[in-house]
Amino acid sequence: MNYIWLALMVISLVVGAFTGNLGAVTAAAVNSAEVAVEISLGLIGIMAFWLGIMKIAEEGGIIKILSRAIRPISKFLFPEIPPDHPAIGTMLMNIIANWLGLGNAATPLGLKAMKELQKLNKSEDTATNAMVVFLALNTASITFIPMTVIAVRAKLGSANPFEIISTAVFASTCATITAVTAAKLMQRLPGTRKSDPNRLPKTTGKGGDDA
Amino acid sequence: MLNSLAYAAVDTVQQVAQATAGAGDSMFVTVMKGFSNLAVPIILFVVVVLGFFKKIKVYETFIDGAKEGFSVAINIIPYLVAILVAIGMFRASGAMGFFIKILSPLTNMIGMPAETLPVALMRPLSGSGSLGIVTELMTQHGPDSFIGRLASTMFGSTETTFYVIAVYFGSIGIRKSRHAIASGLIGDMAGLLMAVFICHIVFG
Repeated sequence: MNYIWLALMVISLVVGAFTGNLGAVTAAAVNSAEVAVEISLGLIGIMAFWLGIMKIAEEGGIIKILSRAIRPISKFLFPEIPPDHPAIGTMLMNIIANWLGLGNAATPLGLKAMKELQKLNKSEDTATNAMVVFLALNTASITFIPMTVIAVRAKLGSANPFEIISTAVFASTCATITAVTAAKLMQRLPGTRKSDPNRLPKTTGKGGDDA
Repeated sequence: MLNSLAYAAVDTVQQVAQATAGAGDSMFVTVMKGFSNLAVPIILFVVVVLGFFKKIKVYETFIDGAKEGFSVAINIIPYLVAILVAIGMFRASGAMGFFIKILSPLTNMIGMPAETLPVALMRPLSGSGSLGIVTELMTQHGPDSFIGRLASTMFGSTETTFYVIAVYFGSIGIRKSRHAIASGLIGDMAGLLMAVFICHIVFG
């Protein structure tokens, strides 16, 4: 993240200087900062609503039931999480919300899942393997109704605004599989292994159980 | 070898596409849309009623959970400011045009029209930015042109990776994201390439 952020900053300033866009670049910085705060504050209401509902779901045992239901998959994707931990059920709810294109619900549920995952993290500021896999599932998320783009297509007079659903589902499924595979493979690299906050102190303890 | 494989894939996908076109397609869409509209009410009903039967004080528990909403939203602010400022500056600087010039010979080779390259580059950075480009392309070339369909597929098949990573990690204070960005971007790249591939097969 350090390098990417640095690169974005330096490239914009250097290119901006050459093209004479420096004024626009600084204006964009101020503007984007305001937008970021607006987005964050705009989340408060919907966040509070879903966190309240999720608390009832948790105490009512629904999250536990969901967690148990997907045990075979979660054991493969998240071998380090206990199978009936609430993190599993919450992640499942986030992924279903993504599938259905419920953007408003997906973010709060995803953030709740991150909170649960953080409870299993021995470090305060370093991501665990489980978090990276969960984000891989999310950044390439499969959506069966990509409503935004369908709405734009309909508005521009497309004969069949929905025809891109099958191609988008195909492409996003490939993206998801690739992202998760990449996350799983990269967590075995020496560098990432060393930075794993939950790595075992002495033995690696890894048999073939996560293959 | 590869060619014959590709042709075989073309045949099967076209058969599937023909079989599911027309009635099948709209049925699928109606069912999925119905699902989307009903999902939230059903979830709310099940959660609240089940909570009640489990003798949970639903109102108090809701308040308890909802309290955290404010702090989560506040926690995200510095992370989101950092990433959105950098992306906003990048877009305003005109650096995008520079990258497009470098990359367009490569993308031409894989059958990706140069016009859609900005969508591919912008998609992981900014949701509204890439939607703007997609809209512009469809206005220019028409939503049912190959470019319009490819741009829509690209937009519908990947997420705003940097935004998701900033918000999700920001909410719990994670600063060292390790291999999260790399795997997210590899996924995006796969999604974009597969979008080009499948659009050539289905709409080509």
